[in-house]
Amino acid sequence: MNSSISWTKAYVPDLDCTAQEYMDAMTLSGTKVEGYTELDKNLDKIIVGKINKIEKHPDADKLVICQVQVDEAGTEVQIVTGAANVKEGDKVPVVLDGGHVASSHKDGESENGFKIKKGKLRGVDSFGMMCSIDELGSNTDMYPDAAEDGIYILSDNPEYADAPIGSDAVELLGLHDVVFEYEVTSNRVDCFGQIGIAREVAATFRKDLVLQEVKETGNNEDVNDYVSVEVQAPELCSRYVARVVKNIKLAPSPEWMQRRLASVGIRPINNIVDITNYVMEEYAQPMHAYDLDKLADHKIVVRKAHKDEPFMTLDGQERVLDDTMLVICDGEKPVGVAGIMGGENSKITDDVTTMLFEAATFDGTNIRKSGKKLGMRTDAQAKFEKGLDPNNAIDAMNRACQLIEELGAGEVVGGAVDVYPVKKEPITITYNVEKINALLGTDIDEDTMVAYFEKLDLTVDREKKEVLVPTWRQDLERLADLAEEVARFFGYDNIPMTLPSGSATAGGLSEKMQHENMARDIVEAYGFMEGMTFSFESPKVYDKLLLPADDVLRKSIAIMNPLGEDYSVMRTSAIGGMLISLATNYNRRNQNVRLYELANVYLPKSLPLTELPEEQMQLTLGMYGEGDFFTMKGVVESLMQRMGLKKAAKYDPQAGKSFLHPGRQAKVIYEGCEVAYLGEVHPEVLDNFSIGQKAYIAVVNMKQLSELASFDVKYVGIPKFPAMTRDISLTMKKEVLAGDIEDTIRTKGGKLIESVTLFDIYEGAQLTQGYKSMAYKIVFRAPDRTLKDEEVNKAMDKIIRALEEKEIVLRS
Amino acid sequence: MRSRCHFSDKLDKLNEIKVSFLGKKGELTSILKSMKDVAPEDRPKVGQMVNDARSKIEEHLEEKKKAFEQALREEKMKAETIDVTLPGQRIPEGHRHPNTKTLEEVENIFIGMGYEVVEGPEIERDYYNFEALNIPADHPAKDEQDTFYITQDILLRTQTSSVQVHEMEKGRLPIRMIAPGRVFRSDEVDATHSPTFHQIEGLVVDKNITFSDLKGTLQEFAKRLFGEDTKVKFRPHHFQFTEPSAEMDVTCFKCGGKGCRFCKGEGWVEILGCGMVHPHVLEMSGIDPEEYTGFAFGVGLERIALFKYEIDDMRLLYENDTRFLKQF
Repeated sequence: MNSSISWTKAYVPDLDCTAQEYMDAMTLSGTKVEGYTELDKNLDKIIVGKINKIEKHPDADKLVICQVQVDEAGTEVQIVTGAANVKEGDKVPVVLDGGHVASSHKDGESENGFKIKKGKLRGVDSFGMMCSIDELGSNTDMYPDAAEDGIYILSDNPEYADAPIGSDAVELLGLHDVVFEYEVTSNRVDCFGQIGIAREVAATFRKDLVLQEVKETGNNEDVNDYVSVEVQAPELCSRYVARVVKNIKLAPSPEWMQRRLASVGIRPINNIVDITNYVMEEYAQPMHAYDLDKLADHKIVVRKAHKDEPFMTLDGQERVLDDTMLVICDGEKPVGVAGIMGGENSKITDDVTTMLFEAATFDGTNIRKSGKKLGMRTDAQAKFEKGLDPNNAIDAMNRACQLIEELGAGEVVGGAVDVYPVKKEPITITYNVEKINALLGTDIDEDTMVAYFEKLDLTVDREKKEVLVPTWRQDLERLADLAEEVARFFGYDNIPMTLPSGSATAGGLSEKMQHENMARDIVEAYGFMEGMTFSFESPKVYDKLLLPADDVLRKSIAIMNPLGEDYSVMRTSAIGGMLISLATNYNRRNQNVRLYELANVYLPKSLPLTELPEEQMQLTLGMYGEGDFFTMKGVVESLMQRMGLKKAAKYDPQAGKSFLHPGRQAKVIYEGCEVAYLGEVHPEVLDNFSIGQKAYIAVVNMKQLSELASFDVKYVGIPKFPAMTRDISLTMKKEVLAGDIEDTIRTKGGKLIESVTLFDIYEGAQLTQGYKSMAYKIVFRAPDRTLKDEEVNKAMDKIIRALEEKEIVLRS
Repeated sequence: MRSRCHFSDKLDKLNEIKVSFLGKKGELTSILKSMKDVAPEDRPKVGQMVNDARSKIEEHLEEKKKAFEQALREEKMKAETIDVTLPGQRIPEGHRHPNTKTLEEVENIFIGMGYEVVEGPEIERDYYNFEALNIPADHPAKDEQDTFYITQDILLRTQTSSVQVHEMEKGRLPIRMIAPGRVFRSDEVDATHSPTFHQIEGLVVDKNITFSDLKGTLQEFAKRLFGEDTKVKFRPHHFQFTEPSAEMDVTCFKCGGKGCRFCKGEGWVEILGCGMVHPHVLEMSGIDPEEYTGFAFGVGLERIALFKYEIDDMRLLYENDTRFLKQF
């Protein structure tokens, strides 16, 4: 939404402030100004001049020497120009020596404009420049009477012909103006119109709002003799107003109207189109004009379109409608898509004599959906989408007809066809000064509040403590809404700053979050850096991870309207994201990379989704460079240890992960629960992700870990009695797992065992092929006595016998 | 005797000297041994003399020994001198993501004011994301948010405001909470947009909560996060689930409000949206708006992180390049 200060001043004549003051004050009262443009920013010393004499340049065929009169007294300056469209007697904009223009013929537009100095052109003195509209910072779209390629001949326009010589040409052309750009919030439909903005301006600056009086219009004929209207879908069209204008005389609209339209970026076309646009701007009520002679039976029918009904809109595009869309029809066929665009078949052309003016109120949601389906977004549609006030339609219509008469654009037929079955009535809201103050934390008196309300054209009944809310303010429904109005004009800045009183609360992180932060601390101590990846990914990741067709990880939740395939399913694991991150680092030659991510994966309970899925927090670790499987395992062990999972965990090599090396993966079982898995990334998966060296990952189920976590610590006395240590060296088949050996030692050794430590592994020449040797240090201790050799020997015998049963024998 | 000491500069030599005087065959020992030759009346006197000499010698030797040991240690340490400018040995250090670091700062500020940190589902029902926040079906505000849908009724939450509703439904009052978390909007990835990002929602519901409390709380938050000199400005705005609503700007932390390239010359940076909880929202969650009032706010975590660390491209946050991550 844009407005110009000159247009706003038409409604708020006493407004007097700088552009910056305007921007700040309006923003603070709730009409956010995004920025502004001063149209005369780079225009200086530009006057209306008259070309008295034109001579040929002695040395250049394409240049002429003009004697230009620059004041009423008759002073002339000599200006050399290459423009071909000037003739003696023309009045033109002239920038004098030392003046400024916005753009140059040669260099185009510039941020700071161009300074014009006297100089010589091919040896002849020139003391200024005659200007084209582009040099004045605008263009022929906005000034259709200006020459396309040449000097702007002001005297060709009857409205400028009498401009005094030497007067300010920038003033004449309405360029001493400032254009503001707003961000209007969706609840303030009224502020999509100039009057709505002006009302906010008047309230903000405490000035009077002066609206033009809309007069009775029309001849003594009856519009009902010209047209009939039938609304078949009243649920989508709450009001339809039609009036007829005959004896149309198409012409350019007056300069004041052209200038106002141009100031907000609307291109002037002709009086009828300009009036339609002008009223839409003024009232935020879109209007449409049909050529009445092209409407079969001189009839309007508002109905839903038929399925697959074809229709050509006035931009010449063939559209296919469906049965949810609203169309405006004549006696036979559609002539417009309601609220979006009229039809090619009924549009106003130069030979129009009689037209039908439409001002209607359509259902915003329906218009929005239809526009989306058709891939269209017109200015009218953008306004209808917000949900317009039906009471505004008749005002806009009458204003348009008034302008038709004032501009002599045609003869308005008496009366209006107004189909408005359910009238929208204004509502009343009870105001309560104490409650408003209690909500805001202020102490504002009733008089002040009432003054704010009245400034916004709310009618106040102080007796009943009620305000009557005009229907254009559909955002005002209850006390809180009134409180906001009070706050806006009291000034958000003036409301004090306090801290909440009331009952104290403990606050803090949940246990889950505390555990997550602990996990962060632990893995960071091992050099892992926290990464973040998206929650959705491509289903192709499953193939890259070599997941079998029935793998549970493939059962992911699909997004109905994704941003393309790469982001189309909710991830069931963060491994894809992790491997992509590792690959990014590998590709950028970063060495020794260790990353982790703590994030949810989304596990559906059934597909398609009927209930919310499980969001499972997982800690995913990934690394390449220094370290191997056992480095990763150390991190997992440390994590479990620090989270209080102090018993021995089982590392089961049958982890069944397709994306991990089949001989280098394990799932981690603690008290029967799978807490985590880890392994070396499968070489084929590495290839799929373009990672050129071994990588390792681990995935920890944080929920499981959290449930098992225990931070109860009970002090155990520091041993008072000496330990006894035995070293044993064992040989066994290669396949035997160290975990099993340790298990056996611990179970058979019983309570006396303090620790079991593997200190050597040997595979090689001195052993039978397929065998390995492992050496353990076993420490025995009793808390209450010094152990005797016999006790330890007995325990060792038990251990060795048990090992032998498993074909694990003492190395000889 | 004295002169002999001067010539010895080694500890073992010193020991030799000690033995030569005080040893079994030492000079003083032999004097004591020959005591029998001394007249009995002189014996105490001679004994005294010998003992005096002995302690003098011992004292002297001890002194010497200490000096030698000192010199020896110094010589040794001199030889042990290292180049302290050689690099230290460090274990590789991990780092928090800048989002997490920023979040922890924000959490600490609010925990200090008695706020509980809570979470809600990222895949959410339409009701919690929209309807219960006063955004009914077909409301244009729903379109503005570019929602990802899973089914007609289940979606990826577009705002952490959904957690407000879950908290209010629990019926435990008063509420002082913040809810950080991931949110999703259908925005193409570029330097300032990401389809996944994070918000921190705040909600206070209690008796007598006022708009001035909202202002005071958020000013406190801004000062603690960006520095004591930070100023805040509240501008009216519109959100469906708050009334009155506001946006809060803070003075640009780069130029302090003078205006720079970073704040596009404005001196202010928009940081969050906030407002008094809409009475209808309270009603829908079973809280009586006549008895209770509240305020809510929503902050974009990335927005703050980008500003705070002067990161100029949001994509860096999700690439996980270690050269980026290790800076935090």
